[in-house]
Amino acid sequence: MTIEPRTLETRAETDLAEAYYRDRDALPGGAAVAEIRKSAFDAFRKSGLPHRRVEEWKYSDLRARLKSVPAFAARRSDDEAKAAVAALDDVYGAADRYRLVIVDGHFHAGLSDVAALAAAGASVRPLAEALVEQGESLMQLPEIAAGDAATGLNAVFCADGLVLSLAEGASLDKPVEIVHALSAAAASTSERVIVTAAKGAKAIVLETFVGGAEGSFSNTLTDIRAGDEAEVTVARLQAEAAGTTHIGTAVVTLGAETKVKLIGAGIGSGFARHQSFIAFTGEGSRADLLGITMVRAGQHVDQTLVVDHAVPHCDSRELFKTVVGEGAKGIFQGKIIVRPHAQKTDGQMMTQSLLLSDDAEMSLKPELEIFADDVQCAHGATSGQIDEDLLFYLRSRGIPEAEARTLLVLAFLSEAVEEIGEEIVVEAFEERIRAWLDAGA
Amino acid sequence: MLEIKNLHARIAEDGTEILRGIDLVVKPGEVHAIMGPNGSGKSTLSYILAGKDDYEVTEGDIVYNGQSLLELAPDERAAAGVFLAFQYPIEIPGVATMTFLKTALNAQRKARGEEELSTPEFMKRVKDKAGELQITMDMLKRPLNVGFSGGEKKRAEILQMALLQPSLCVLDETDSGLDIDALKVVSDGVNRLRGPDRSFVVITHYQRLLDHIVPDVVHVLSKGRIVKTGGPELALELEKNGYADFVDAAA
Repeated sequence: MTIEPRTLETRAETDLAEAYYRDRDALPGGAAVAEIRKSAFDAFRKSGLPHRRVEEWKYSDLRARLKSVPAFAARRSDDEAKAAVAALDDVYGAADRYRLVIVDGHFHAGLSDVAALAAAGASVRPLAEALVEQGESLMQLPEIAAGDAATGLNAVFCADGLVLSLAEGASLDKPVEIVHALSAAAASTSERVIVTAAKGAKAIVLETFVGGAEGSFSNTLTDIRAGDEAEVTVARLQAEAAGTTHIGTAVVTLGAETKVKLIGAGIGSGFARHQSFIAFTGEGSRADLLGITMVRAGQHVDQTLVVDHAVPHCDSRELFKTVVGEGAKGIFQGKIIVRPHAQKTDGQMMTQSLLLSDDAEMSLKPELEIFADDVQCAHGATSGQIDEDLLFYLRSRGIPEAEARTLLVLAFLSEAVEEIGEEIVVEAFEERIRAWLDAGA
Repeated sequence: MLEIKNLHARIAEDGTEILRGIDLVVKPGEVHAIMGPNGSGKSTLSYILAGKDDYEVTEGDIVYNGQSLLELAPDERAAAGVFLAFQYPIEIPGVATMTFLKTALNAQRKARGEEELSTPEFMKRVKDKAGELQITMDMLKRPLNVGFSGGEKKRAEILQMALLQPSLCVLDETDSGLDIDALKVVSDGVNRLRGPDRSFVVITHYQRLLDHIVPDVVHVLSKGRIVKTGGPELALELEKNGYADFVDAAA
């Protein structure tokens, strides 16, 4: 038997190939960007959608999940976009912040606080425009992220998004919310957000992913480039509609003496994968990653992260909490790599899950790849149920069972919530967590 | 009034029989002490009163104010006035003591059709009761029972009791792990709650608690049955001679 080169097999794969052939000439960027897109597409053609025999995607078989892929969304008019956003929950409500609006993968400057941000020291450009001028450098990703199937597909199809740039020493007075809204018509989206923080810049970025319809497929990428001495907090809340398939990748590159906190809360989508790729490129930096994930009723959620300690004297902390309800499946894959020269690395990874039902499922895969000899690294993974003794104690004081369970789930998540540190995020996340619990009570 | 009638119970998981026919009547305002050696079923009785489902009642009934407690969930029993002070109060990381107290109090009030307490009114009540029990505000801000010493945990139990104002208080070895001073604080806390409408079932190994909380009636439990009932003098007799006489009598 001869082994044929793999051809695209599924309807979804064919849909994606057709979309590329149809859209490629209209996708933004010069010749260099087109070449990046083409080589990413060629890689896709060879391997197809990631599936269970691809180690990194073992627990999240995207090929099996996607029956078809709807066409990539065209840019909506500002009025349509405004209506789409207005129809969705405003996660941060009245909280004071700058707002940047992306609808169906396209940035709407007209609905965004671009001028106010410019006055505060940050420039915002539509990605479609930026790709034309400086496309090649904008498309580049660190090695650990570049080979991934989802980031590859994002490179092929990203039609827009935005570039948020903080000048040296800039410090924003308010958080910047980037809304990733999907309208109610099923479509594919593939935006890319690039945040560059020059030396010593400080910012809090809130990304919210909302909306969508049965069959929507979003494959977003947020690329955070935090320069020397920058301090950046990015809080991502993924609450898309139940029928969507969502892949959200966050790529973080840290310079020297840089601090980044990446917070993720995932409650939405029928099938969601949250990927984080953290690359240390300068000494004395620290990355804190927090994950709060809650799923139930047929939802599948995957938290995958790779932390690459390529230089000495950096710290990383990961704390991921997952609550898995009836009929749902959670996955955590976390890998810390310590390269041969990365002495004095301190990496600590903890993942804990709470299963609320006998048919809830959780897969945990912590990995350490350590090639240096003077490092401190540890990982821990736990999986458990609500403690019956705790439940009885609360009930014996008159607290009804459902309320007692809610208290105990909140207690389980509290350690991660307390670590968030930003009041605006804590409040929004707590409200979401409570709403989630109330919906199941 | 609490009436325990021919109560038989076993461990649900393995069927081990623990209670073998307990009869007990506690009238309003009375304090009953239940004493007995290890393994006699004292703690099991307290858990069954509170509704822990690790145990299965195979025969008999527990009637409280005319209603069978066996038909009620633990939280419903609490709303009906039953309170168990645990021998080993449970630590609940992530739940602030204050949040817990407010949730519990308002849940009971809601179950009884009463209005929820306003935060200032609730705070006032907590501060008053906490002061009496030498519980600091700092303790109340910490997660429930987490990092509390043995004595602090027992005082926190009595604080809960004082706030929730139950009509039937079951104290399961509340004296265990307490030094003399803490024993006095806890006992004073209990004595302040004594009144014509409130009954107590005080489970203990030792006479010394009963010097502080003086019972009306003392029962000796052995091998899942009450084998002797008497006045406070029975506790003194037990302290002197041990349980051997009664245990043999039951065998």
